[in-house]
Amino acid sequence: MRVEAIPTVRIRDLAVRLGGRDILQGLDLDVQKGEILGIVGGSGSGKSVLLRTIIGLLPKFSGTIEIFGQNVDRIADEEVQALEKRWGVMFQHGALFSSLTVRQNIQFQMRETLNLSDRLKDEMADLKLEMVGLKKSDGDKMPSQLSGGMTKRAALARALALDPEFMLLDEPTSGLDPISAGDFDELIKTLQSTLGLTIFFVTHDLESLQTIADRTAVVADGKIVAAGSIKSMLNHPHPWVKSYFCGKRGSAVFNRKLPA
Amino acid sequence: MALLTGRIEKGGYCKITADGAWTAKNAHLIESAFADILAMTKAANSIRIDLKSLEELDTYGAWLLERLRRECTRSDIKVKFSGVQSQNKILLGEVAQLGLDQSSGLDDSSAKRVFPYYLDPLLKLLKNEFLHFFSMFGQVIAAAARMIIHPANYRITSTVYQIDRVCWKALPIVLMVTFIIGAIIAQQGFFHFRRFGADLYVVDMIGFLIMREIGVLLVAIIIAGRSGSSFTAELGSMKMREEIDALKTMGFDPVQVLILPRVLVLMIALPALTFLGSVAALLGSGFVATLYAGMTTELFIDRLRDAITMDHFWVGMIKAPFIGFVIGVIACAEGLQVKGSTASLGQHTTQSVVKSIFMVIIMDGLFALFFSAIRM
Repeated sequence: MRVEAIPTVRIRDLAVRLGGRDILQGLDLDVQKGEILGIVGGSGSGKSVLLRTIIGLLPKFSGTIEIFGQNVDRIADEEVQALEKRWGVMFQHGALFSSLTVRQNIQFQMRETLNLSDRLKDEMADLKLEMVGLKKSDGDKMPSQLSGGMTKRAALARALALDPEFMLLDEPTSGLDPISAGDFDELIKTLQSTLGLTIFFVTHDLESLQTIADRTAVVADGKIVAAGSIKSMLNHPHPWVKSYFCGKRGSAVFNRKLPA
Repeated sequence: MALLTGRIEKGGYCKITADGAWTAKNAHLIESAFADILAMTKAANSIRIDLKSLEELDTYGAWLLERLRRECTRSDIKVKFSGVQSQNKILLGEVAQLGLDQSSGLDDSSAKRVFPYYLDPLLKLLKNEFLHFFSMFGQVIAAAARMIIHPANYRITSTVYQIDRVCWKALPIVLMVTFIIGAIIAQQGFFHFRRFGADLYVVDMIGFLIMREIGVLLVAIIIAGRSGSSFTAELGSMKMREEIDALKTMGFDPVQVLILPRVLVLMIALPALTFLGSVAALLGSGFVATLYAGMTTELFIDRLRDAITMDHFWVGMIKAPFIGFVIGVIACAEGLQVKGSTASLGQHTTQSVVKSIFMVIIMDGLFALFFSAIRM
């Protein structure tokens, strides 16, 4: 089918300027349908800025962003709203609404956009909770009562509420212990294969990059300096890529699989 | 397009067909068709759900299919899907596992009730309102005592900064409000007293009222709304971000570092602003007396000098630091009670202002009794 050929996100020559400083400049990136793309880069390199620009939280200075084949500058506000229902965003600190219970957080978008019976809404919320590995009883908790790992899971459940085709995750495993982070990686992988999601995630975590990413892109100097499989990263000439993937921590993760 | 149809064939075989897009958008249509289908299956003795012509399926649709399957299933009939497309297999498999454990959190709140239920809110109120207030009251006094023993530990910079915020920056609004209220009282006085020919006594009334009550009350209410609320919000968000816990672990006492300077500053700011506010109110009433009531400036000042004694001045001023102390203690106690959520921050900020204003008025009443008892 021809539809498959259109990338979920297509970014060309993107520039973002914040406070008179160029954060991103001349950035090109495609996110293919059904892939898990991991974005890495140093602190302050603009990974999160890229994510926030894609979802329209930050204004871009120039360039084009096409999502599901639609140029976001050229379409009307209602169409942008329709686009927003097709993606789910998980923020770094969860960004759960603190005055609502976890269940109400998950149901928030359902309540506003779908005309569902109360029973179905409750069942769907429970289903999403179970999908992310939370208990039904956790749904009645307030966000302030959750541990770090549970907050991440609840945030993921909320992002999944409307069955988006495209998920954007901002540092999904940051602040989790290695075991929880590993579980969370598994969870993302499972959800992706079950629901056929396209996933764009920003991370610092080499481990999760190796476990779940189909493709990795590196942000440095305001653009994507390298994109491809982890294997191709290990031989890349760019100094930051080299020190990231072949440095002490990188080697520890990537060479483990090789025979000693 | 019919999303869900059912048909009974001979021999009690029921064939349910799902077609079209079983997605979130259509979920309510699908769900409303359930009742008919379920009624139909009552007569059936074997049921099959056919998914051959399904075009789209998401978790909503998958769950509805699973729910349909579970609801049709009876002890004697096993319901199966037929014609499952390969891309939907994983999703249906996942959904089939869900919700099987019906264990939900037990509601144990009823077991804990020892007191009669109607006493609960009252006890809670007593505990929350009074205990927290007096606990903070005691901690501030203790911190003040420690400060007197070790004056070198006192935080001068913080105090000066707070005086700038609470006192100096509040001056414009305080002067404006008191000036206008002074003018309004004078205008009303002259307007109504003129009928009895009691113009001159209006000046006496203005003098007592402003020096004893209006000056300090107005300033207290402005400061409770302006600085009390900001102290609560400030300390509350510090509590939320664990900054107060950080201070504690570094060996600082949050009461000494954060709260004592704020309370002391309010005790300095209130008398100072009361004095200036009263002057502005007298000025406002003086303007009205000369411009509206046609009194000469000399006459107004003469009457004022006769009416106001040092006692009236002190009655207003003595109250001020006590009221400042109470506003500070309430604002800080509320701030430290903020829990994790933003809603709780808003709630305690409101509580802080409401309680401060309430307490200011109660204290003013008590002082009025006290001063009349000592004939001041």
